[in-house]
Amino acid sequence: MGEGVGPRTAETAEGRDRAAQESAPDAAAPAASALPLPAGFRRARRKRTALTGNEAVALAMRQVEPDVVAAYPITPQTDIVQFFASFVADGRVKTEFVTVESEHSAMSAVVGASAAGARAMTATSANGLALMWEVLYIASGSRLPIVMPVVNRALSAPINIHCDHSDAMGARDSGWVQLWSEDAQEAYDNVIQAVRIAEDPRVLLPVMVCYDGFIISHALLNLEVLTDEEVKEFVGTYRPDRSLLDPDRPVTVGPLDLYDFYFEHKRQQAEAMAAARAVIPEVAAAYAALTGRSYGMMETYRLADAKAAVVVLGSAAGTARFVVDRLRREGRKAGLLKLRVFRPFPACEMADALRGLHAVAVMDRCDGFSAAGGPVFNEVRSALYGLHGERPDAARRPQGRAPNGPPLVVNVVYGLGGRDVDPGDVEAVFDLLFRHIEGEEPRGEDGAGVLSRSLRPSPNTEVHYLGVRE
Amino acid sequence: MSLKVKSLKELAAAPQWLTPGHRMCAGCGAPVAVRQVLAAAPGRVVVGCATGCLEVATTIYPYTAWRCSFIHSAFENTAATMSGVEAAYRSLRRQGRVEADFVFVAVGGDGGTYDIGLQSLSGMLERGHRVVYVCYDNGAYMNTGVQRSSATPKGADTTTCPAGEASPGKRQPRKDLLAVASAHGIPYAAQAAPSHWRDLVRKAEKAFRAEGPAFLNILAPCPRGWRYDTAQTIELTRLAVETCFWPLVEVEEGRWSITFRPKKKKPLLDFLKPQGRFRHLFEGQNLKMIEEMQREVDENWRRLEALEHLTAPAEGVG
Repeated sequence: MGEGVGPRTAETAEGRDRAAQESAPDAAAPAASALPLPAGFRRARRKRTALTGNEAVALAMRQVEPDVVAAYPITPQTDIVQFFASFVADGRVKTEFVTVESEHSAMSAVVGASAAGARAMTATSANGLALMWEVLYIASGSRLPIVMPVVNRALSAPINIHCDHSDAMGARDSGWVQLWSEDAQEAYDNVIQAVRIAEDPRVLLPVMVCYDGFIISHALLNLEVLTDEEVKEFVGTYRPDRSLLDPDRPVTVGPLDLYDFYFEHKRQQAEAMAAARAVIPEVAAAYAALTGRSYGMMETYRLADAKAAVVVLGSAAGTARFVVDRLRREGRKAGLLKLRVFRPFPACEMADALRGLHAVAVMDRCDGFSAAGGPVFNEVRSALYGLHGERPDAARRPQGRAPNGPPLVVNVVYGLGGRDVDPGDVEAVFDLLFRHIEGEEPRGEDGAGVLSRSLRPSPNTEVHYLGVRE
Repeated sequence: MSLKVKSLKELAAAPQWLTPGHRMCAGCGAPVAVRQVLAAAPGRVVVGCATGCLEVATTIYPYTAWRCSFIHSAFENTAATMSGVEAAYRSLRRQGRVEADFVFVAVGGDGGTYDIGLQSLSGMLERGHRVVYVCYDNGAYMNTGVQRSSATPKGADTTTCPAGEASPGKRQPRKDLLAVASAHGIPYAAQAAPSHWRDLVRKAEKAFRAEGPAFLNILAPCPRGWRYDTAQTIELTRLAVETCFWPLVEVEEGRWSITFRPKKKKPLLDFLKPQGRFRHLFEGQNLKMIEEMQREVDENWRRLEALEHLTAPAEGVG
């Protein structure tokens, strides 16, 4: 993240004040705004420490101090494994650290450890996550509350070690809760919250904490960290109801489950994911009481009166926030919706937050190769259609909002294989939206304008490719 | 070393972690092998099992044939899964959160062990997890209908190396997995057969006592895949041992020992004849294949004797 691109992290207090000013107009979209802080809350003043994303996440893992960590190194996750190995070597954690021979075995070992009653973690990226794929489903289907940082990286082929979201998006239907992070602070905060979300008896599902490779994992950020004691108290001790190591109540894990019970077990799993909708905000509220940092399923920024907005997850949210501020200074009604939780997908909140807009661009750092748009685009657009049993109805809309049905939704595929996205790129996206709304010509230095420089429509005109050459 | 289980009566009286009433086929060698191993377990056991016959036939939800804790995860990862279980045990023991003693057994067929599970087995052995890995070797992927594995003997007819006008069945010899496992420098590795149950139980006891990973390769006939009468299972493994097709050996701290020497070595034909999977070898020009297989069995025995000699502790020293 370049300097000035992440105003929220550079000027946290100011960012929060802005968010507070926003909370009044956003009351019209209650579920979408950040959670209110508990009564009597006072923001803690904490020492700031400069850490890379991987350092921050490794620190969170040390503070959580899982009973078992099994991991295999892969760029850009490697630091985490190395840092954790040092914690073990220096006697700073009591964790059993299993240096497995592959990611498939990493996930298998944490499945075994978690079934044995241990709090178990691993971490991976890209092809490592792809190799785990079979066992991801076994972790969630066996209802094992494993926590796994995923440092997002492009999938082969061609081989590329840099950031995109193809890895985690490929695992979106594996039954894992997915928390996404805008920066190292949020990655750190998400890892700690993930433990409580996963282990909540209403959930008992594994959780991925996703953050962008290199952009977050290797960049330094000044962030606030908790003390070891605070983290330990927040996550508590894992005491599962059932364990392989319960001498009095042996258990069979992973049985053959045929057509007479399999479906019921999958239904229970689906209900657990739905239950996570309630648990995630509860955990966030408890975390806000401790830290002053408040997270919801999503974050809306200057969205209440916006005409055009981008939906984004990961580090590009910081860039988008910067661009929204710039456009607002020019009097353009731009807004941002940052998605923090992709699984469970907050469909109702998404529809509530976006229903009044004229045009929305959903940004996907992954091409789903469906030839009909990326994964986030498809889910967001689906959320906007016929929700709560109601048809999109112009009469129900607040005055001055989109008069003719739901907002226009376009898809922007960007940043594949680590292609940089800068404020100019995001401006080009807003130009596209405002052109749709107002029939304006795109702005730009040359006759062709910014839009034609960096946005390439695909044969399907809803899908645009940002910053790609012909 | 004294044997804990000394008679068949004692073997029958040992704790039955795997109960009767499971749905393995009549005559299947796998549950016999597993029950003999578990009879030697010194206390509480956690069993991990690769996908395969044993797993699908003993844990049909909502029933389980296991009186001990049991975990199945996938086909190729039982060694990795049990690595995690054993790591959890060490961690929770150290923290005082688990007090009971446990031993850990991972079980896989030859498919889950020789082939798709070889990498995770190698990882578990190399890292030194205290797990007894038991391979029940029935010489093919029997659960999915008798497809070849790298444990299938040369000349066998399977559904993916069928004997035909242009093929004598499987052309390659078996992989020597005992040598592969022992090459990891683990404290104990052995090959056993249920017909020689005293030898098997003694090896299992040594495996449980080992200060580190142990590997047991156990011959487990499959009446459907080998095509023989279900009453002959134990007799067939006896023939496998007495023809030296399946030598009973162990590798203890790097020292190879042949633990059973047939008084009169029988011809390989005696082992092949009762099995439908070798029937085609007795026709026409395939007969020369049997000679080839006999030569390989003889050569393997000579190699084992040489290894035994080579790795024996030096005499008269000290």
